[in-house]
Amino acid sequence: MATTEETRARAVRPNLTWVGTRPVRPDGVDKVTGRAKFGADLQLPGMLVGRMLRSPYPHARIRSIDTSKAEGLKGVKAAVTRDDFEDLPSEFVPAGEMLVNYRDMVRNVMAREKALYEGHAVAAVAATSAAVARQALSLIEVDYEPLPHVIDVLEAMEPDAPLLHEDLVTAGVEPPPEAPSNIAKRLSFTLGDSEAGLEEADLVVEREFTTRPVHQAYIEPHACVANVSEDDYAELWCTTQGHYVVRAFCAKLLGLDISKLRVTASEIGGGFGGKTVVYLEPVALALARKARRPVKMVMSREEVFLASGPAPGTHVWVKMGATRDGRITAAEAVLKYQAGAFQGSPITPGAMCAFAPYALENVKVTGYDVVTNRPKVASYRAPGGPMSEYAVECVVDEIAKTLAIDPVELRLKNAAREGTRTVYGPKFGPIGLIETLEQAEHHDHYRAPLAPNQGRGVACGFWFNIGGESCASLHVNDDGTVTLTVGTPDIGGSRASLCLMAAEELGIDFEKVQPIVADTSSLGFTFLTAGSRSTFASGLAVIEATRDAVRQLCRRAAQIWELPEESVRWQDGCARSEESEDAPEPLSLAELATVAGKTGGPIVGHAQLNAQGVAPSFGTHIVDVEVDRETGLVTVVRYTAIQDAGKAIHPSYVEGQYQGGAVQGIGWALNEEYIYGEDGRVENPSFLDYRIPVASDVPMIETVLVEVPNPRHPYGVRGVGETPIIPPLAAIANAVESALGIRFSELPMSPPRVLAAIHEGAGTA
Amino acid sequence: MTRLHVSATINGDPVEFLCEPEQTLLDVLRDELQLTGSKEGCSSGDCGACSVTLDKRLVCACLVLGAEVEGHSVETIEGMAKGNKLHPLQQRFLEHAALQCGVCTPGFLVAARALLETNPDPTERDVRYWLAGNLCRCTGYDKIVRAVLEAASDIRAR
Amino acid sequence: MARVVLTPNLSQLAGGETEVELTASTIRQLLRELGDRYPELKPHLDEGVAVAIDGQIYQDAWLEPVPPESEVHLLPQIAGG
Ligand code: FES
Ligand code: FES
Repeated sequence: MATTEETRARAVRPNLTWVGTRPVRPDGVDKVTGRAKFGADLQLPGMLVGRMLRSPYPHARIRSIDTSKAEGLKGVKAAVTRDDFEDLPSEFVPAGEMLVNYRDMVRNVMAREKALYEGHAVAAVAATSAAVARQALSLIEVDYEPLPHVIDVLEAMEPDAPLLHEDLVTAGVEPPPEAPSNIAKRLSFTLGDSEAGLEEADLVVEREFTTRPVHQAYIEPHACVANVSEDDYAELWCTTQGHYVVRAFCAKLLGLDISKLRVTASEIGGGFGGKTVVYLEPVALALARKARRPVKMVMSREEVFLASGPAPGTHVWVKMGATRDGRITAAEAVLKYQAGAFQGSPITPGAMCAFAPYALENVKVTGYDVVTNRPKVASYRAPGGPMSEYAVECVVDEIAKTLAIDPVELRLKNAAREGTRTVYGPKFGPIGLIETLEQAEHHDHYRAPLAPNQGRGVACGFWFNIGGESCASLHVNDDGTVTLTVGTPDIGGSRASLCLMAAEELGIDFEKVQPIVADTSSLGFTFLTAGSRSTFASGLAVIEATRDAVRQLCRRAAQIWELPEESVRWQDGCARSEESEDAPEPLSLAELATVAGKTGGPIVGHAQLNAQGVAPSFGTHIVDVEVDRETGLVTVVRYTAIQDAGKAIHPSYVEGQYQGGAVQGIGWALNEEYIYGEDGRVENPSFLDYRIPVASDVPMIETVLVEVPNPRHPYGVRGVGETPIIPPLAAIANAVESALGIRFSELPMSPPRVLAAIHEGAGTA
Repeated sequence: MTRLHVSATINGDPVEFLCEPEQTLLDVLRDELQLTGSKEGCSSGDCGACSVTLDKRLVCACLVLGAEVEGHSVETIEGMAKGNKLHPLQQRFLEHAALQCGVCTPGFLVAARALLETNPDPTERDVRYWLAGNLCRCTGYDKIVRAVLEAASDIRAR
Repeated sequence: MARVVLTPNLSQLAGGETEVELTASTIRQLLRELGDRYPELKPHLDEGVAVAIDGQIYQDAWLEPVPPESEVHLLPQIAGG
């Protein structure tokens, strides 16, 4: 087994010029001057305003929909309902690397038999102005038959719970149950014998945890502009994490040829997983096809909260055993996740992640995917991971405290390392968890004194990361500059990282590389910006495309010099031939580019690949909190995020991922939650009442970048975007426990809950 | 509906426009004047993405009516750089990577400029409280606060 | 021969087998072999699974070689935010 040091030596490349530096990003000026065009910023001549009518009921049968009065209103150019979308069969089909059930998707985009959540789209209109569109919506007559609803995951699993889908039978149970239920799937992973492992333990801790549903809360609402010509050639502009995936979904839902739908990704104002699916886009296309005019649709903030991508509320049960000296002998968990209106909660990754930071011999995890009357959940940063890892990290903390072992020490004792077998089967390759724990242990934050009413907590986090399909093209221009075309929307500075790698490979100035995110007709299929894959997978495509261009450049030089191709190599931005007495003067990229037309035509490097070789990223966070015993307010007073990046291509943006993820986690831990009334309707669909952290709520977020390279990437990149949201939930819960001596088993730890717990006195809240 | 005729100064230029009585300043800027640098994140005054100044006073353009700016002066993100010279705040935001997706950035820049005009030497705490009306979901605020503090010292040094 | 380990959910559909030995030179061959041997597994394999070969996870990589004596795990596909 290779030691970490050896791994480092294997993968780190010395003398990097650009990789690891912090230049200003190529799209930066557009973003600080207001030039950058986001989803809602496009205007086309003759453009109509599209608006959606949404269900006021969390669960209702739709007996009829009558749009005739609305369509009769002056200025209304089109209306669509369920009748405008063809029903599709229920089967999970791969759609650009995702498994998609189009029967569910067509129903989520426009309710069919039933409205399954408050805010479910029921009809839409396109009109010449917002005022006319609003009036038109009020003229649509929908005959609803309200049905009993269920929101909570445990209630939805009860045998007498209202059924969302009368034909839903639990998968993953043999023999299949006869009666339908809201439990869409049961899955389990086992390693060793957890019962035997628990027998061995001197201490067994068993706890239950609840987390509330939360929203990604990107600042830019969903928005798009659709245009469909008389010969059904369609163009779509939208804010998305993956315009090729949007193209696949919309083509299927509208029965369009993929080649006749061109999707352009706008600049994207945050996504965090929530912009990997479609809501408005198919409807805007359907309206535009009817009206034969461009249609713009933009969600209001309320619509974003009611009808787009929340993350599930969960119930998690964890039982872990340890010997007196702190060896964890066994771990068990049962996870129950809300899927929302259609199956597909992130229960699988939740189960796979739960115990990933630990080298364990005996593990058993069971998960349930449960439908409830909420919007279908969408991915949210490390989907499924924060909730299960939160529960486990709280139990690990309790074990440490009960055994009087330092919590970092206990984790180091049990930490996963290269060769550790995961509960889902394979063994880890080189990973950097231990390095992050060691950094934590030696960080001055970990030893700093605490004031009264303050407490400190730590927790670890793990995420897989993904690869996937990516294309890249690199055009060498005749002035020696380079245009880099990629297919992954840039959500947090990936263009800068991709250009850094291109500049490094080519040996030219970063400033000479200009990136563009291509539309779907200009470059081959490229999967989403998600799963922390852009810098990794699009990065591999960029490196390959660059090397392709370098091969061509070397060949041109060889031809000019009339030397064999093998004698030419590329170094420091120039083609050079073998060192010898009469070696020709090196030819720079610019020199070769100028004569490209005379030596065979343009030089274009290209790559298409399905990136494999991803490596997971582990992190460890330390947090200090202060609890106000009068108000129950928990304030984060110091925060340190330590994580293995593999290799930080642009360290500022890697730090930014750690900081942003940590603050989202702080929100999840302390404040954010959907609040439902008895009537099943959301009581807080606004930023005023669904309060995400603001600048005055948080301190500076210190970061430590650990770099244990991924041996399967030329620069060692792992992918960093998702892991940082995982540790904060438990780290803060553990810190509150050390401040108050009260262990919270429910998130968020908002002032009312904390105050109630303080009043109840010590004990489990 | 009769549209109202409004004359105002926007980024130093005299501008005339027609608007519906209930149309917000944000809608006017974005839809009538094509100044789409001001963003709409909530339209209820909670996110600050639409921050502009009205006679030097920081406001949410989504809470002001278009008709209210008659005779007044509005500054938006589009007026922040002078020629090809970026404002020190813009420069420091770029250098500090104080933006990820960048949708909140125009609002933060306009709000931060308003802060530095009233308080040229703010503490970290001043910056955090002043910017508490601007939401950023990507950065965790760290790099934004640092960029503002550094731009403040740049401006003081001038 | 590669040693293929099935998760509990997949093993239910393979007559309770948790480990299968088979010869295959690529991931595609391996999946086809498995599907032929356990017809109930086939729809799940067609939907798409991730395959880990000696610890390295592959998604949608039919042509990836499966070395003899390797340890293979079939996993759910992994997405992300
Ligand atoms: S859009 Fe004005 S404050 Fe959010
Ligand atoms: S940079 Fe994305 S919201 Fe601030």
